[in-house]
Amino acid sequence: MRLLLVIFSLLMASPSTEVDLDMDEYLYGHVRDSYEWHITTINGKPVSIPLPVIVISKAGGGAHIFSSHHLEEGEYKGFSIATSGKYANKIVEKGSDGAQIRPWDFSITKNVLGLMINSAILVLIILLTARWYRKHDAAEEAPAGGTGIMEMMVTMVEDDIIKDCVGEDYKRYSPYLLTAFFFIFINNLMGIVPFFPGGANITGNIAVTLVLALFTFFTVNILGNKHYWKDILWPDVPTWLKVPIPLMPVIEIIGMFTKPFSLMVRLFANILAGHFMILGVIAVIFLTAKMGAAVNGGLTVVAVVLGVFMDCLELLVAFIQAYVFTMLSAVFIGLSRPKAETD
Amino acid sequence: MSLITPDFGLLVWMTLIFGIVFFVLAKWGFPMITDSVQKRADRINESIAKAREAEERLRNLSSEQEALIEKARKEQAAILKEAAASRDAIIEQAKVQARDEAAKITEQAMTRIAAEKESALRDVRTEVAMLSVAVAEKVLRKDLDSDPGRDELLGRLVDEISSSEELNS
Repeated sequence: MRLLLVIFSLLMASPSTEVDLDMDEYLYGHVRDSYEWHITTINGKPVSIPLPVIVISKAGGGAHIFSSHHLEEGEYKGFSIATSGKYANKIVEKGSDGAQIRPWDFSITKNVLGLMINSAILVLIILLTARWYRKHDAAEEAPAGGTGIMEMMVTMVEDDIIKDCVGEDYKRYSPYLLTAFFFIFINNLMGIVPFFPGGANITGNIAVTLVLALFTFFTVNILGNKHYWKDILWPDVPTWLKVPIPLMPVIEIIGMFTKPFSLMVRLFANILAGHFMILGVIAVIFLTAKMGAAVNGGLTVVAVVLGVFMDCLELLVAFIQAYVFTMLSAVFIGLSRPKAETD
Repeated sequence: MSLITPDFGLLVWMTLIFGIVFFVLAKWGFPMITDSVQKRADRINESIAKAREAEERLRNLSSEQEALIEKARKEQAAILKEAAASRDAIIEQAKVQARDEAAKITEQAMTRIAAEKESALRDVRTEVAMLSVAVAEKVLRKDLDSDPGRDELLGRLVDEISSSEELNS
């Protein structure tokens, strides 16, 4: 197997591929959102799936829906993809003064399509699992196979995370937390798969983790009981910490926002870092292509071994991050429902 | 840098997609699964509780049985003991009765023996007296006929008889 890889890498090192690798473009191009789904490049020609662009002009050009392949050549209906500046790699239009303006951009980008595909897979899996319970008397028999695995995972999340962290009325929160867990988990997993329909860096995108964190934030603060609000606005500390300068309430209110913020950044940074690491390891193969067959071959073996290791690590991280996000959400929810102090 | 600035379009799509996924799964997905699993867990717990109860009852049954046997054994022992006691008492009583009877019989025999002896003695005495008289008569008759010292002998005989008479009275 390794020998094959070495031979393969030797073939790759032929003079015709001697082009400088743009490391920044390589790394960011793989992790950022885009208007088309790049699959591969054959003979210098990119093979990609064009995706629908949905934009509403801010300069009065109206709403437009068109395929993203029109943007490959440059401007289309006044819209183009910025190559540099504040809006690099985003669709921009020209304002009346010639400056770049970002229109309302609701395009089905790579991440949006990835989200749709992954969500469809998730919904399918869960509904198929639920269908088994609808057709069978679960009190009489236990599921086997895929349903059994799903039951095991659902039970694990419910028993280990939700029941323990939320406390008494966990049933009310269990659907949200389970959805969050499986949503993050499947998107993490699909992010590791290197080809279509995987490979979109979804949970490593800050917009996605921001929405997830906001869901937790609103769940915590809308459903929090009056003791929770009392602990924030009038905590049990010496009075001079609350009046005249409301030191503790201010800290508590900042805490309200730092909790979901930490959720957002943790998931985003972990997944993004994982993608960067794998990309970096694989980049070694291409960076050493000019150094001759021996060096390139040796380092390719190292890179592949490391890549396998990193992928295994990422599988672990995919699970751990879903677990951690769900657990911390459950903990925050649990904290938002304290019981009256019994004294 | 665009990596850390959330894109508005993606935010909207993510909210929409996650919202739909959450709605669908919360309505038709997870509650079905968790409730079913809960139902099964309840049922298993219930079954275990029932089994434990049955086992408890079975154990009680056997202990009840044991208690019954124990009681019967005790009763048996008590009855045996009582029987032995009454047997002993009867034997004892019989012994006492027999002893009393024997004593009574012995006493009666003694009395009779004494009476017999008395009458026998009386007979013997009468016989001896008669014999003495006869002997004396014969001796007297012969001696009185021939012996010169008859007066002396007569006197001695009279003395002897009178002295023996004194002894017997």
